[in-house]
Amino acid sequence: MQLTALEKKLVNQWQKGFPLARRPYAQIAESLQISEDEVFTTIKDLTDRGVLSRIGAVVRPNTAGASSLVAMQVPDKRLDEVAQIISEEPGVNHNYQRENKLNLWFVVTASDTRQLDQTLARIKDNTGCTPIKLPLKKAFHIDLGFSI
Amino acid sequence: MNIQSTFELDKIDQRIIAATQEGLPLVSKPYETVAKMLGLPNDLVIERLEAMLQSGAIRRIGVVPNHYKLGFTANGMSVWDVDNELVDELGDTIGALEYVSHCYRRPRHLPLWPYNMFAMVHGRTRIEVEEKIEAIAKILGPASRQHNVLYSTKILKKTGVRLCGRSKD
Repeated sequence: MQLTALEKKLVNQWQKGFPLARRPYAQIAESLQISEDEVFTTIKDLTDRGVLSRIGAVVRPNTAGASSLVAMQVPDKRLDEVAQIISEEPGVNHNYQRENKLNLWFVVTASDTRQLDQTLARIKDNTGCTPIKLPLKKAFHIDLGFSI
Repeated sequence: MNIQSTFELDKIDQRIIAATQEGLPLVSKPYETVAKMLGLPNDLVIERLEAMLQSGAIRRIGVVPNHYKLGFTANGMSVWDVDNELVDELGDTIGALEYVSHCYRRPRHLPLWPYNMFAMVHGRTRIEVEEKIEAIAKILGPASRQHNVLYSTKILKKTGVRLCGRSKD
């Protein structure tokens, strides 16, 4: 997808430091020397086109409750069915099929570790596949956005 | 950064995160709209978000691009079997690379899973991702005994971080 110079600027420069001000778009507009309306409509249009998935806070993992990356080895024939069961779990927030013996990867969040383990036990019961918990031990990089 | 550090989030903080995790409302005064939704004073939402940003509970506030829509369709999860003694030091180096969006140490699960370091690499093509992974391999040198790249072939569900087991209102 082609982006205009203004769109590119907004996507690149405002992945962090989005103004915590009463009129954030006015503040962005001021720094770019264009109108608040132009900033707002451009951002709204980027969101409508799906270039931006949202504008908001990126929360640090494990800040609230417990979470873990989980990998599973699922027979190819059953992949869609098992993925469906897992995606329906409310605590699952990323679910990817990947090319590996461990071919299904997802993140489970819960209010605490006990609830997390209960979710995994339920997934095991409902799918017949064993989830392997690979929780974060240390983060080496604070996600500060991504240059396009 | 150590995950042992704690972030004290009270009920108001949690409600603000829950109300905004799918994005701020697309209006000219988004924080006021959130305050109204939650029945909180106008400036409190801004104050709390600022405090959570300071404490590190919130990493950043900003636009969240969809990499796929922007042509970064090759997302390779590179995984590395790095010497336990060296993994933390090397992780800091790899995590700071511009093309690595996330870098974590995780436990191995032997014999099926010998890898203890994950580095997410984004690119427009697999060739681009593979070049970047080669560069990582060079930096790690013999400290990495083996590595692998797992490409995602299908996104089955993707949403932001959620607070679970709590009502959204």
